Amino acid sequence: MSETTPVTRKAKRPATTGPRGVRWLLDAGFKYWALAPALAILALLTLYPAVQLIRMSFSSVGYAGGHIAWSPVGLANFTQILGDATAMVAFRNTLVFVAITVACETLLGLALALAVSESRRLSGFYRTVLMLPVLIPPIGIGAMWLMMYDFNYGFIDKVLSALHLTPQPWLATTRLAFPSILVVDIWHWTSFLFLIILAGLESLPQDINEAAQIDGASHFQRLWHVTLPLLRPTITVAAMLRTIFAFKIFDEIYLLTNGGPGDSTQVITPYIQQVFFIQGRMGYAAALAVVTALLITIFVIVYQRVDAALSGQG
Amino acid sequence: MRRSLTPYGLLRTVLIVVAVIATLLPVLVTLVTSFKIPRSIIAGTWFSTPTLQNYAALFTGSGNFLRLTGNSLIASLGSTLIIIVVASLAAYSLTRFRWPRAWTVTVIALLLFVQMLPPIVFVGPFYLISRNLGIYDTPLALIMAYMVLNLPLAVFILRNFFADVPRELEDAAAVDGATRLGTFTRIVLPITTPGIAATGILTFIFAWNDFLFALSLTTTPRGMTIPVGVANFAQNYQILYGNLTASAIYAAVPAIVLVVFAQRYITKGLALGAVKG
Repeated sequence: MSETTPVTRKAKRPATTGPRGVRWLLDAGFKYWALAPALAILALLTLYPAVQLIRMSFSSVGYAGGHIAWSPVGLANFTQILGDATAMVAFRNTLVFVAITVACETLLGLALALAVSESRRLSGFYRTVLMLPVLIPPIGIGAMWLMMYDFNYGFIDKVLSALHLTPQPWLATTRLAFPSILVVDIWHWTSFLFLIILAGLESLPQDINEAAQIDGASHFQRLWHVTLPLLRPTITVAAMLRTIFAFKIFDEIYLLTNGGPGDSTQVITPYIQQVFFIQGRMGYAAALAVVTALLITIFVIVYQRVDAALSGQG
Repeated sequence: MRRSLTPYGLLRTVLIVVAVIATLLPVLVTLVTSFKIPRSIIAGTWFSTPTLQNYAALFTGSGNFLRLTGNSLIASLGSTLIIIVVASLAAYSLTRFRWPRAWTVTVIALLLFVQMLPPIVFVGPFYLISRNLGIYDTPLALIMAYMVLNLPLAVFILRNFFADVPRELEDAAAVDGATRLGTFTRIVLPITTPGIAATGILTFIFAWNDFLFALSLTTTPRGMTIPVGVANFAQNYQILYGNLTASAIYAAVPAIVLVVFAQRYITKGLALGAVKG
């Protein structure tokens, strides 16, 4: 406390004796300069890059003689997308991927959260284990599943051979690669939905459920008529967030299949990364990124409208 | 009286046990593989005498993981420190001071929008910016990327914690003549340490785990981080499973440590940042 005393004395003096001092201004303007660094970061590192990205999407950008050269091309990058079969496959795969993984993960996460919240023994242990996948580096998850799926040394095929079943090249055929990726993603992200829904479950008021129990409602009735309706806002927000995250999938696909075989596991982020860095077509990659951003924005707006309409009815 | 003999109880137990086994299996297979000599990985021996040679190879000879660990630490800790300072000041200013409603809504909407966009959107512009600034292939480029990646989440988590601080404490400090900054650092921050911890842990983990920016903004061990090192073991014609699994386990160490020791903060942070954001 001794160090605060002189500060107090100095702070009072300008207010009583004369013009307002620098210290007073600093203090009065606290809320402005406290917010300023965050706004500066947002402006310099998100708004400026966003403008750059949009400019790039209307230009041809590439290396020419050791430096990066820009030339305007109008809408050429965007019209090119329509004729790009790989881009179309990537967009379609992404939508299928998002729909399947989010649905499976939400249902599994909900089931697990309900199960763990009701189990008295070992619930701390379950929680620890089930939250692990969401924190492990995704590239590490890719490495783990590369090992699991390997045709020669992998765990799954070794178990299959031990059981006298036919080992499968999980990542090397167009038929199996995409479902194999789905399994990895469900392994990875069910954990996230489990955690969020469990947190939501634990913050629900207990008295309604107890009242229903006293009134003789069965376990299933309480789940269906009390718990789930109360949990609905948590589930909708968690599923929306997960959908937004699902569009970002990159690490596991990069490591496991790199979009192949053929384009069977090609999705948006790895494709844009390839176009930008491997093919060096920066303007076209920017156009793809702009379209992706628009798609997600539209999705979020529609989702929120539908959710608002539905909860308005209920 | 209500034992787990009911069909529902049985279903519940089966579900949890299957989920726990399915979650642990890939981790355990990877862990066991990482302690095998390459010969027994290829031979497919289920168990062999454990060896640390795969781990040693990450750091000795041509192994560059010491360098990569340094870069990972600089990028993750650097961005986390900056974010904690910037986000806590911003979140405090937004929750505790009077702003025009339209202004607060705009700032929050902007943060939400940034969090919503897939990071690939920023990769191209960040590549050009880091080239122009001469920070391409250094941890500084990654600090820049991770600040943007994690700032929204940090502000959302911290807003919730600051909103719970009783106003009387700040009023009392003001009566005692403390400056607003003094009130913030000496009164508000100490009682919101759980919020700071939750924010710091999550921003650190997300930065540590990032692969997309590390792959795109670095090319050599000068700036590369651990995830890029892990991926490189899988790029050879013959996948180096010993190194790959050892490096994957090594990369997951912070996550495992934090799950064991700081579980409560992680759950709280995820729930607040996600649902209430």
